[in-house]
Amino acid sequence: MTRRILLSAGLASMAGLMVLGESLPARAQSAQTSPRAFISNERDHTLSVVDMDSLKVIETIKTGRRPRGVTASPDGKLIYVAASDDSRVEVYDSKTFKLVKTLRSGPDPELFVLAPSGNPLYIANEDDNMVTVVNVENNELIAEIPVGVEPEGMGVSPDGRYMVNTSETTNMAHVVDTKTNEVIENILVDSRPRIAEFRKDGKQLWVSAEVGGTVSVIDPANWQIVKKISFDIPGVNKDAIQPVGVRITKDGKKAFVALGPANRVAVIDTGTLEVEKYLLVGQRVWQLAFTPDEKLLISTNGNSNDISIIDVESEKVTKSVAVGRAPWGVVVVQ
Amino acid sequence: MRRMVHAAAAAAVLAMAGMTLPASAQQESPAPAAPKPAAAIPAAQTFRIGLVRQMPPQPPWIAPLTAPPENLGVAGAELGIRDALTSGRFLKLDYTLATEVVPTDGDPLPAAQKLADAGNNYILLDVPADQLLRIADALKGKDVLLVNVGAPDDSLRQADCRANVFHVAPNRAMLTDALAQFLMTKRWRNWFLFVGRTDGDKLYAEAVRNSARKFGAKIVAEKVWDYGPDARATAQSEVPRATQVGEYDILVIADEQGEFGDILPYNTWLARPTAGTQGLMPLAWHPTMENWGASQLQSRFFKQHQRMMLPLDFQMWEGVFSIASAGMKTRSSEVEKIRAQILSPEYDLPVFKGVAASFRPWDHQLRQPILLTHATNTVTLSPQQAYLHQHTPLDTLGFDKPESKCKLN
Repeated sequence: MTRRILLSAGLASMAGLMVLGESLPARAQSAQTSPRAFISNERDHTLSVVDMDSLKVIETIKTGRRPRGVTASPDGKLIYVAASDDSRVEVYDSKTFKLVKTLRSGPDPELFVLAPSGNPLYIANEDDNMVTVVNVENNELIAEIPVGVEPEGMGVSPDGRYMVNTSETTNMAHVVDTKTNEVIENILVDSRPRIAEFRKDGKQLWVSAEVGGTVSVIDPANWQIVKKISFDIPGVNKDAIQPVGVRITKDGKKAFVALGPANRVAVIDTGTLEVEKYLLVGQRVWQLAFTPDEKLLISTNGNSNDISIIDVESEKVTKSVAVGRAPWGVVVVQ
Repeated sequence: MRRMVHAAAAAAVLAMAGMTLPASAQQESPAPAAPKPAAAIPAAQTFRIGLVRQMPPQPPWIAPLTAPPENLGVAGAELGIRDALTSGRFLKLDYTLATEVVPTDGDPLPAAQKLADAGNNYILLDVPADQLLRIADALKGKDVLLVNVGAPDDSLRQADCRANVFHVAPNRAMLTDALAQFLMTKRWRNWFLFVGRTDGDKLYAEAVRNSARKFGAKIVAEKVWDYGPDARATAQSEVPRATQVGEYDILVIADEQGEFGDILPYNTWLARPTAGTQGLMPLAWHPTMENWGASQLQSRFFKQHQRMMLPLDFQMWEGVFSIASAGMKTRSSEVEKIRAQILSPEYDLPVFKGVAASFRPWDHQLRQPILLTHATNTVTLSPQQAYLHQHTPLDTLGFDKPESKCKLN
């Protein structure tokens, strides 16, 4: 599978080179600046790299076992991947695709979030009811924070003051003060909370509950739930609507929520907190990521082994791109 | 083992003091800050959970691979307590477990009464159906909620249902409906039913027949196993003769104790798959289950007990956690509040099968997906996609409201 993708990508780029031989320098330059998406393929143990201009897979990187969470350094130069079954975080160069270093992670790392400054890295240890805080410069363990059962979702406030972890079986969002690395608040949400995402102005915290089928919007001023958003899609059974990935635009106006086996991404107005639209994507949609210019949104579709490309302005799905088996996480860098 | 649970509780209490209350963090800071209003910090609550397990009769022989571990079931309850403590420490909730194991020929009623007298308001029962009814009737009117984690009898969900009993264990009809849906999806419609000699086997066979009727399968042949309790040595000659019944798609086995079911595969006259109590089995849980967070539960269990998590372990985990998770919403250990919470439309129990489980209000049965698994793989989970329902596809398994003969009182 992987080899075939590599081969076809190779052929495609060769064909491109032959046809566009004259414009080679221009092309090379655009390749330098075009955004690249990194998609972790949980069941292939690889990262697919997709060129976001051509929407082609340009590289498949072999990673540790069961790569899930993926994020990038603020400057976009480094890609962090949680290799869950190898219990480590791998750091790749986003241009050369080479492994730069590995970081400690604690057991079974699933998802993580970088502080807005780029350091430290907060890692959810799904098997150990803990969040591990690691200094990405020297790989030192800064703290281990006990949280609920099956920690998963990780969010950090835009000012870096609060880190939020969700525990999937305890059904809470745990708010951690990043100065003391202590839990200061526990918010009970619906079943299997998966993702915690702050709005860029820090005034809303969104927590998706996969089995509960809702997204709780929380006010970080008092950590109270403002509203629980639920979803209703004609012809789709309630049980199949399982919110996972959440992304909010930089201007804070629109939120996108991936709905798992409902195979839809919901578009939500963050002012009214009403669902405006459902976009049909691939099967069992997990995670979402914007391109840096926020023109495109990518969804990873775990059961159809592809990603869907969503045009953010027109709110339309424009293309799907085949990647590896069980695509899980995604991040895009310039 | 019980000591360990208590140690965990103590650790949780310690952790709690430092972690849940901003007020305690403020103690260290020199500037006196206004303490949180008392109403925001609920009083500590303790959930006392009891467990009665009556050892089942020993089968005539046990294959080494399937020998039941000594702490079968109880181990799952212990993990349930640990998970409850990990979660509850953030809300000042404490959970304790008191276990009574009764021998096969013993009487579980005094054990249950003893637990109730000691203040265990929630009692998990893994006892035969007739004993369960004795206990339920003896404790009627007391401040005790019973959770059936072991007995699969359909009668307990129908005419013999009780208002003070909730059923976590899947009943036979749920299991055989789950199997029937999958076999129909595969278009394996013609079944050969082989029934064992015990009462349980006969009830399982009855559930198979009902499921066949419900989903449109046909039982084209039926036989009773009469080759003695241990036919391992002669299976290769006897089973081919015993299975010459003409054409069929799949052999369905009703052998709850495991006397003969495992010696049928590969010994049948025709090359046909097997299912039921052996072969492709409908179960609440299996060590090969790994999706939807199941692998995390499996590895938590393995870390605590150094063995795989079996169906009864899982059912006991569910029993404990159904009380615990309701308690996190009520923040009160009062039986009436927990009972109301468990029956409320918002209640959901995480069961690591992709959808939340909940209790049917008409007979208190936990509705949840059922695994179809062989020894080394979980093949699928039912309900199968094609089976639709106006409320929840989970109610296509077992007794839906219109089929219920239960009158709770």
